[in-house]
Amino acid sequence: MSDETREPSQAEARGLWQKLWRPCSRYSLGTLLAGGVVLGVVGWGGFNWSMELTNTEEFCISCHEMRDFVYKEYKETIHYNNRTGVRATCPDCHVPKEWVYKVKRKIEASNELLHKALGSIDTKEKFEAKRLQLSKKVWAEMKATDSRECRNCHSYEFMDLTKQERRSKKRHAKGQKKGQTCIDCHKGIAHELAEGADES
Amino acid sequence: MKRMILSMTIGMALVLSGVMSLSTAGAEEISSLRGSLALSEAKSPPPVYKLKLDLEKFERNFKTQPPLIPHKVAKYRINLKTNRCINCHGKAKYKEEEAPMIGKSHYMGADGKEMAKIDMSRYFCSQCHVPQVDAKPLVSNTFMGVK
Repeated sequence: MSDETREPSQAEARGLWQKLWRPCSRYSLGTLLAGGVVLGVVGWGGFNWSMELTNTEEFCISCHEMRDFVYKEYKETIHYNNRTGVRATCPDCHVPKEWVYKVKRKIEASNELLHKALGSIDTKEKFEAKRLQLSKKVWAEMKATDSRECRNCHSYEFMDLTKQERRSKKRHAKGQKKGQTCIDCHKGIAHELAEGADES
Repeated sequence: MKRMILSMTIGMALVLSGVMSLSTAGAEEISSLRGSLALSEAKSPPPVYKLKLDLEKFERNFKTQPPLIPHKVAKYRINLKTNRCINCHGKAKYKEEEAPMIGKSHYMGADGKEMAKIDMSRYFCSQCHVPQVDAKPLVSNTFMGVK
């Protein structure tokens, strides 16, 4: 308990710790609680709000790797523009909607920040060299979650097979029976397929 | 001086009225591909034809006609990395996908030998194979293709 034998910084820390645990004499418990609630709301809301800022198309294409490669390809597809104007943008397919999975994916996104700093795919040649590896990773994730992100909007159960083309009707029925998931067949739907992705 | 001005004014009036009568005459019916529209009017664009999709197959008109495509092909990519057509119609997948196989002629090289992969001169399918729209023949006829 003799502070003079310890280092000065340790003494300061001990003082602060004691201050935190002593009951407050200036403010009432109610004030402190209300202040805490307000701080909590602002903090929690702020955290989620800033996380959602990274969950938009504009944020994703702020990196030129995304904007000039995969976003350009996505602009030619049905998820970009179509008859009804119902769209799926980057986070709709690549970021889970449930909070827990979303936060997990956001933590994993630090890997993407690392590679942005390293410039692993900052030219077309580098990107094409890695495209198959990156695609396979995304396909594996989607297969593991039973195409959870596709099911944000599409649902096997509520598909009106009578409104589909002959080919689609047959294959969706077969696929559902075989227990296949969306990504098993619908590869290369939004971005171009990598070289070597299909065995033709 | 006064006579010159007067005669010039009359002359110009005559010329102008002549030109105006000519132009109004031109606005009357010249029949052409535009139809009988006045020159100042724009023709309304033709209707967008619907694609004839979702058929079993089309009848060929002559024996060596490249078969027509009876399904949707919008946004199917053919590039050096991938060929969406071959993914279903190629040797590897056509049985499973129940799609007509790409004919042997497409696998023949220039030397007449059969190759494992499709010949690059036949790689871009959409150069010969197209879907159809529901446009009526411009002139009605009784043509019958080869069965």
